[in-house]
Amino acid sequence: MDNPLNTQKEYQEYVNQKSPNSPILKNCFNAFWVGGLICSIGQIIMDFCLYKGIDKDISGTIVSIVLIAISAILTGLNIFNKIGKFAGAGSLIPITGFANSIVAPSMEYKSEGYIMGVGAKMFTVAGPVLVYGISTSIIVGILYLLINAAV
Amino acid sequence: MKKIGKQTIKFNNPPTILECATIVGPKEADGPLAKYFDRCLENEMWGEKTWEKAESKIVKETANLVIAKSGIPANEIEYCFAGDLLNQCISSSFGLRELNIPFFGIFGACSTFVEGLSLASIFVENGIKHTISTASSHFCSSEKQFRFPLELGNQRPQTSQWTVTGAGATILSNSGQGPYITSITSGKIVDMGIKDANNMGAAMAPAAFDTMMTHFRDTGRSPNYYDAILTGDLGYVGKDILIELSEKAGYNIKSVYNDCGVLIFDKEKQDTHSGGSGCGCCASVFSGYLFKQLKEKKLKKILLMATGALMNSMSSQQGESIPGIAHAISIEI
Amino acid sequence: MEFLCNLNWIELLKCFLVSGVLCVIGQILIDKTKLTPARILVIYVTTGVILGGLGIYQYLVKFAGAGATVPLTGFGYNLANGTIQAAKEDGLIGAFTGGLKASSGGIAAAVFFGYIASLIAKPKIKKQ
Repeated sequence: MDNPLNTQKEYQEYVNQKSPNSPILKNCFNAFWVGGLICSIGQIIMDFCLYKGIDKDISGTIVSIVLIAISAILTGLNIFNKIGKFAGAGSLIPITGFANSIVAPSMEYKSEGYIMGVGAKMFTVAGPVLVYGISTSIIVGILYLLINAAV
Repeated sequence: MKKIGKQTIKFNNPPTILECATIVGPKEADGPLAKYFDRCLENEMWGEKTWEKAESKIVKETANLVIAKSGIPANEIEYCFAGDLLNQCISSSFGLRELNIPFFGIFGACSTFVEGLSLASIFVENGIKHTISTASSHFCSSEKQFRFPLELGNQRPQTSQWTVTGAGATILSNSGQGPYITSITSGKIVDMGIKDANNMGAAMAPAAFDTMMTHFRDTGRSPNYYDAILTGDLGYVGKDILIELSEKAGYNIKSVYNDCGVLIFDKEKQDTHSGGSGCGCCASVFSGYLFKQLKEKKLKKILLMATGALMNSMSSQQGESIPGIAHAISIEI
Repeated sequence: MEFLCNLNWIELLKCFLVSGVLCVIGQILIDKTKLTPARILVIYVTTGVILGGLGIYQYLVKFAGAGATVPLTGFGYNLANGTIQAAKEDGLIGAFTGGLKASSGGIAAAVFFGYIASLIAKPKIKKQ
């Protein structure tokens, strides 16, 4: 071989140094204010519910449902992916990103039918979130019981 | 034909590239090569119900278009070589199922177009009169199969490439005025351990380098022999790497070298990051732009080297590295 | 209007800053590591569950309100909080039912709206 880069490791290091990086400062700035804005909208909805005298837990659920609905509508109108491209984690990390990750595949896989397409593929991105979130929470609950029993 | 060196075949009666046709999507039509394409679609769906159907339709219409342009009756075309990126090459087989020509479905990822031309030219050299070869890709069907749903709000890394929506089709003939395929250098699989599926250019560049060096060694040629050396779709990252690797090996290709993935999009205006990719990239750039340059004798000798990343989404998930390949053909008039 | 006049701007600023920082951490993960969105969401929800279980995350919720509950760590906190509350009352069964009960609104809404969207909307190519 006349490859001037002899080992794979050498080549990988070379590639890392050659590959352009993402504009991280700009991305972080956009993520910061968009993410902050989304959550502030959530806070205003929350305050409004409390102002109307709604129970705190239910108010929290209303905030989630409203933000999820907005995210679903924006995804359906082909707008959310543009926000996502601009804001990155700013729209991914709030509950809007979770909603988008369910709505986007269900739209995309509609062509494979409503059962194995929409129904099954809906969870390609969000499925792991539920699996790990729920499983960890059950472990937390069991540990809580064990520790309390021991004390 | 005659085998020269390790991986190169030189043709005694070089097949003529009789005619080319290409159909591309709307984003490609916004790019710098728009005026060279036969047909630009206004919509990626092209009136179909799925992305996959749209891609098949592009293949079908491109094949019909090249046959019509060449003036050769379809029943005189003896063999068809076609490939694409979708599972089991369905775009090609669904698109060409009504063609009624003996069919070889081939897969070389983004190197498919040149792989098809290589095989077809061996057939033509050995007594076959006419062959047709096609290659296609579609941004939306590829995203769906390899990456994420279109509506997912994710960010594409700077090294990622944009799959070209489009197809190119070519008719080879045993008689004609050129441009001729004078030799083919078929590439080996080269894997330098790159695992990042968002950096295909870097994964494929060593394969392109390997094939190019082998071609020079087998034929005794140097980069100066060619008016242009073109890789399939290394994109900006891979292009840079290939230039530097060649320089280290003592070859200066900078003045004659370019990449189809770099040519097809305007990086700044179209925000395609590292450039175009997909079987349709090399296929449409050659069938649209390069073929016309050769016909008008603006380019007389080119080395066309399509590059492919031989992985799928499962192999990525399993943490495998990405094997690359590059097939080269020299075309002269 | 009366509601808008009474908005607590300090609370809103705290919410904005905390959620902004949580998103910046996510952005650094996206840009500096090769983690996919699914992995980042999993990391966030699991972190939320663990911090919630350890009793740490509630301080952030108290401080920042929706700034801590709307990000996916808040979803995890909600799961953990629900589990522990239910485990207190119903024991082991509660550990299984509590998490989903507390977060059922969000999950059900996402599934429902996802299904509705698939009925009426079509995916389109990203222009950029």
